[in-house]
Amino acid sequence: MNIDKMYGLFLRHFYLIKGSLPRILDLIYWPTIQIILWGFISKFFSIYSDYYNNTLGVILTCAILYDMLFRSSISFNMLFLEEIWSRNFTNLFIAPLKLKEIIVALIFTALVRSLIGLIPAILLTSPLFGISILKLGFPLLLLFLSLYIFGITLGLFVCSGLIRFGPSFENIAWSSLFLLAPLGCIYYPIDILPNFFQFIAKSLPLVYIFDEARNILLNDLVNYDNLKFAFILNLFYLVCGIGLFYISFIKARIKGTLINMGE
Amino acid sequence: MSYPLQIINLGKTYKNLKAVKDISFTLNKDEILGILGPNGCGKTTTIGMILGLLKPTNGKILIFGEEIEKKRVKILNKLNFISPYVELPKKLTVKQNLKVYGKLYGVKELNLKIEYLSEKLRLGEILDKITGELSSGQKNRVSLAKSIINDPEILLLDEPTASLDPETGDYIRSFLEEYQKEMKASIILASHNMSEVERLCSSVLMMNKGKIIDNGPPKELVNKHGRKNMEEVFLKLNRENNEY
Repeated sequence: MNIDKMYGLFLRHFYLIKGSLPRILDLIYWPTIQIILWGFISKFFSIYSDYYNNTLGVILTCAILYDMLFRSSISFNMLFLEEIWSRNFTNLFIAPLKLKEIIVALIFTALVRSLIGLIPAILLTSPLFGISILKLGFPLLLLFLSLYIFGITLGLFVCSGLIRFGPSFENIAWSSLFLLAPLGCIYYPIDILPNFFQFIAKSLPLVYIFDEARNILLNDLVNYDNLKFAFILNLFYLVCGIGLFYISFIKARIKGTLINMGE
Repeated sequence: MSYPLQIINLGKTYKNLKAVKDISFTLNKDEILGILGPNGCGKTTTIGMILGLLKPTNGKILIFGEEIEKKRVKILNKLNFISPYVELPKKLTVKQNLKVYGKLYGVKELNLKIEYLSEKLRLGEILDKITGELSSGQKNRVSLAKSIINDPEILLLDEPTASLDPETGDYIRSFLEEYQKEMKASIILASHNMSEVERLCSSVLMMNKGKIIDNGPPKELVNKHGRKNMEEVFLKLNRENNEY
């Protein structure tokens, strides 16, 4: 893999963000609003709910973790959508880049984009609600990593659709995460779900990640089995996502969607 | 000896539509080859296959003796493309765009290269301007700079002067002539501008309904069909093929 070429693709998106204050504000705005909203909701629940038992940080921490998933996935999708909107798609795919170089460059760029949005929001939780997500300690890093991997995996699935079906797939890009959110058991234990949905939810890494986040915060214990299982599932989906991306590229070359892709 | 480009029995079918029907041709070194034909005749599909954006249904594309299907990335290093229907990121400055594409094409001493291109294509004053805010003539010059940033041995041009004013169009044509001579590059030019084709191309392929219906140097085609210029040849051949 050629690092210089991957850096070139990173630069394309870095310049885009760097040169536009509204873009930077947009990246920061939504996570911040999300955190503030959930901060107040969790404050309310911590007072009136037995389950959360004065642990103000549980919902808020889960909200931040979910936002990591949301931002990384949306960031990955956005990198592709930007190419479609700017009618630059053809230029990207006639450049001498291997598909794996494109994937790695986008994965790294998506991380930078996600952090630009999340870090200010995380910093706000302490002065506003007296909570620091860092309380989770080292497992926080594993939780973030796990969510980031699943986020970019979802991004890969959506981008495969964009390559294969063109801009008409854009709406699915936006709605994909909302579909999974109820099954991810972000704010509640899996037992809340009906049996059939529990079965689906257990096949997703999200359940194990959020369950573990709550476990750490409520019981002050770390169950590494949950984290390990989430990583195994993540690895499985990531391999599927990469495979699908390659297949979509092959299919798009047969169908002709790479030519003149644009709005 | 391997030709810069060799097309052998190339075909592309979309569901039931045969967009390109078993065409064969060769692009020689230092040659500018024109591809002419009405809309939908298969020009863009052919270029798409050469660039690796489309998978041929049948046939082979050999670039310097190697198949694009097998050595896509290696071959793409030697190619580049310009079309008014493909744009550079609009929100980036000209310099940023050139930097990005220079990196993507693995250009060594990129700053020097950008300096050279900006001098050659009169980009000096617009280097720090946002690409989307440029006039169409300026955008075209920037796209041209991107298309030669890797010193391509084969340059593919899809209607490079469409929607440009005559002066800018003439500037682009002169630049392409100069570039071809200087770099000994081979060029494929798909165009609807017959005078442009007559001026630039040493050989022409006439396409209709996915097939090559005639080919040869422009002057020879004009004489062969007893017409005054390529425009008349174009009209004659297309009428014969029931296009109008």
